[in-house]
Amino acid sequence: MQTKTIGLALLTTTMLSGMAMAQDVTLTIESWRNDDLTLWQDTIIPAFEAENPGIRVVFSPSAPAEYNAVLNSKLDAGSAGDLITCRPFDASLALYDAGHLADLSDLGGMANFSDVAKSAWQTDDGSATFCVPMASVIHGFIYNADAFAELGLTAPTTEAEFFAVLDAIKADGSYIPMAMGTNDQWEAATMGYNNIGPNYWKGEEGRLALIAGEQSLTDPQWVAPYATLARWADYLGDGYEAQTYPDSQNIFTLGRAAIYPAGSWEISGFNAQADFEMGAFRAPVQNAGDECYISDHTDIAMGLNAASPNAEAARVFLYWMGTSEFASIYANALPGFFSLSNHSVAMEDPLAQEFVSWRDECHSTIRSTYQILSRGTPNLENETWGASVAAIKGTSSPEDLGAALQAGLASWYAPQQ
Amino acid sequence: MTQTIKASRIRWHIVVFLAPAVLIYTAIMIFPLFNTLRLALYSEVDNVRVFTGLDNFRTLFGDAYWSETFWNALGNNFCFFLIHRLVQNLLGILLAAIRSHPRLRFAGLYRSAIFVPTILSFVIVGFAWKLILSPIWGIAPDMLDAIGLKSLYAPWLGKEEYSLTTLALVSVWQFVGIPMMLIYAALLSIPEGVIEAGEIDGITGASAFWKIKLPLILPSIGIISILTFVGNFNAFDLIYAAQGALAGPDYSTDILGTFMYRTFFGFQLQLGDPHMGSAIATAMFAIILIGVCIYLFGIQTRMRRYQF
Repeated sequence: MQTKTIGLALLTTTMLSGMAMAQDVTLTIESWRNDDLTLWQDTIIPAFEAENPGIRVVFSPSAPAEYNAVLNSKLDAGSAGDLITCRPFDASLALYDAGHLADLSDLGGMANFSDVAKSAWQTDDGSATFCVPMASVIHGFIYNADAFAELGLTAPTTEAEFFAVLDAIKADGSYIPMAMGTNDQWEAATMGYNNIGPNYWKGEEGRLALIAGEQSLTDPQWVAPYATLARWADYLGDGYEAQTYPDSQNIFTLGRAAIYPAGSWEISGFNAQADFEMGAFRAPVQNAGDECYISDHTDIAMGLNAASPNAEAARVFLYWMGTSEFASIYANALPGFFSLSNHSVAMEDPLAQEFVSWRDECHSTIRSTYQILSRGTPNLENETWGASVAAIKGTSSPEDLGAALQAGLASWYAPQQ
Repeated sequence: MTQTIKASRIRWHIVVFLAPAVLIYTAIMIFPLFNTLRLALYSEVDNVRVFTGLDNFRTLFGDAYWSETFWNALGNNFCFFLIHRLVQNLLGILLAAIRSHPRLRFAGLYRSAIFVPTILSFVIVGFAWKLILSPIWGIAPDMLDAIGLKSLYAPWLGKEEYSLTTLALVSVWQFVGIPMMLIYAALLSIPEGVIEAGEIDGITGASAFWKIKLPLILPSIGIISILTFVGNFNAFDLIYAAQGALAGPDYSTDILGTFMYRTFFGFQLQLGDPHMGSAIATAMFAIILIGVCIYLFGIQTRMRRYQF
C-alpha cells in the first residue's frame, strides 16, 4: 500500500512537471566550471529567469579534466545541452568546424564586445563568431603590501625600478623577493614570458605580426623577454628549480615572499588565505613613459549547440549574457574573472579593481602563443614553457631559445617559412 | 567401438573451462592491442579518418622533431631501466641475503617495511617523494643539514642532470620488495644438503654465497630482470605523478609512456592525436617484444638449471 501511494505520488509529480515543461523551454548549459555551480544556481539563473518567464535554465557542469572528451561524445551522440561553455581557440574552433556550434555573428549582444575579446572564438579570418565571450584573466604582479611598507618600497612601474625593488628586498633578507618556481613549467611561460612580454612586442601589434609571418621569434622584441627572465633567477627562492605552483602560492600567502607573478584568477584564493594587505602592479615598462601593454587573456565563453531544438530561447539567453547586468553579476561573484564586454562594471574587490584599472591605462592583448600558433607539432605554447624555464635557469642563451622556437614553428607554420 | 566414441567426442569441458579466460583476455587485451596496431595506420584529415599506411611511422622516425623526442624518450627509458637493473637487483640480493641470515631479529618487521611501498599507489609515492625532496617544505634538506652535509643538497627533481636518476631511485625504493621476496624464496629453496656438502669441501661464508647460492638464484634474477624491463618500458605513472605530462625539466624525465600519453590524449593547447599516439604505442610494443625475445631465446634457453 505504502509503495503504491508513493508510486502514484511520483507519477503525479512527473506528469505535473511534464505539463509545466510543455509550457516552459528548458535550456541546459554544458560547462567545466563545477566550482561555479552555486553561483549559477543562486545568482545568475534566478536573475535571468525573473526577467524571462517561460525559459528555465539548468547548469550541468562536468569535471574540468574530462570536459572536452565528455562534451565531444555528447555532441556526437546528440545528447549535449543547448548552451556550450567554450574553451578558447582551437578546441572550440574544432567544434565549430565540425558543425556542432552555431554561428552567432548576427547575435545582437555581440556589438558589446571588442575584437580582441572575440578573437578567441572566431574563425581564423574573423568572418564568423561562434561563442559569446564571458571572462578574461589579467596578468600582473601581486605584492605583499605590508612587506613593501615595512621596507619602505613602492610598486615599481619601470624595469629599472622593478629590479631595484627586488634588490632591496633581497638585501634586507627577511623575505624571498619573488615567489615562483620552474618545476611545473607553465608559470614561467604564463606568469613570466607572457606577463612581461607584451611590453616588448607591443601587444597585439607584435602578436598579429607573428601570426602573419612579418615578425619572427628571433627578432629582438621576442628574444629580449627571455633575457629579462634570466635575471629573475637571482630573486627566486632557494631550490626554485623544484618549486611547484602550489608551493609558490603557499610561500606567498604565508607571507614568506614579497612579490608573486600572478594571474588575476588568484585573487579569490589569495583573499581567503593571506592575512596581510595585498596590492598589485602591472608588468613594468622598459622606460618611464613608454606605452604599456597587459596580457588580458580571453578564457571562457558561451556558445549555442547547432543541434539545439530550443535555439530561439538559447539566443535570448546568449543576448542577455552580453548585457551589463550579467557582466556585473559575474565579475563580482568571481573576482579575478573580468567581463569581456565594453560595459563598465563596478567591482567591489580592491585587488580586482586594481587589475581591471590597467585596461584603461594600457593596451590589452592575449597570450602570444594561443591563437593559431599552437596548432601544429611542435606545439609553440608547450615549447615556450620549456624555453622560459631554460631562460630562467640559464641553461640556454635567449638567442638560442628564440632560434629553436622559430625553427620549431617554421617546421609546420607556412607564413613563418 | 570405444575408439570411435573417443575420436568423435569433443571435449566440451575444456572449451567451457577456457572460455571465461579467453573471452576476458580477448576483450580487454588482445582486441585493444590489435586495434591499437590498426589505429597507427590511420590519420585524421578534415575530421575524417583516412588510411595512410606507414606515414605515422615515417613521421615518428623521419621528422626531425618527432624522432628527436622519440630517441630522447627511448634513451631515458634505457637509463631508467639500467638504474633499476643495477640498483634493484643488487639491493634485492643484499636484502634477501641479510634476511635469510638465521640470527637476524625482527625479520618479519623488515620484510613488511620494505614490501609496503610496493602496494602504495604511484600517486602517493610521487607526491610523498616530491614533498620529502622539496627545497621548501621537505625533510631532505633538514636531514642533510643535521649531519652537516647541507652542501650536498640540490633541488634534485628540478635539475635536468639529476631528475631522471632521482625518479628511478624512487621507483627502486618502491619496488625493491619484489626482487627481495623472489630472491629470498629462491634462497630458501636451496637444499641444506648442497650447502653442507660445500662446507665439507671447505666452502663457507661469503664464498658459499658466491659459488653455491648465487648460481642457484640466477634464474630468479633473470625473471626479475625481464619483469623490470617490461615494467619500465610501460612505465608512466610515477613520472606523470611527479613531473606532469611534459616530463620536465626540459623533457629530461620523458620516457616512452609519457611521450605516448602526451601525444595520444593531447596536453594543454596540443590537441590529442590518437593515431600518432598509437604509432608510439606500437613502437613501445615492438621494443618490449624484442627485449623479451632476446631474453627468452638468448638467455633463458642457455641458462643452466640444477636438479637436486
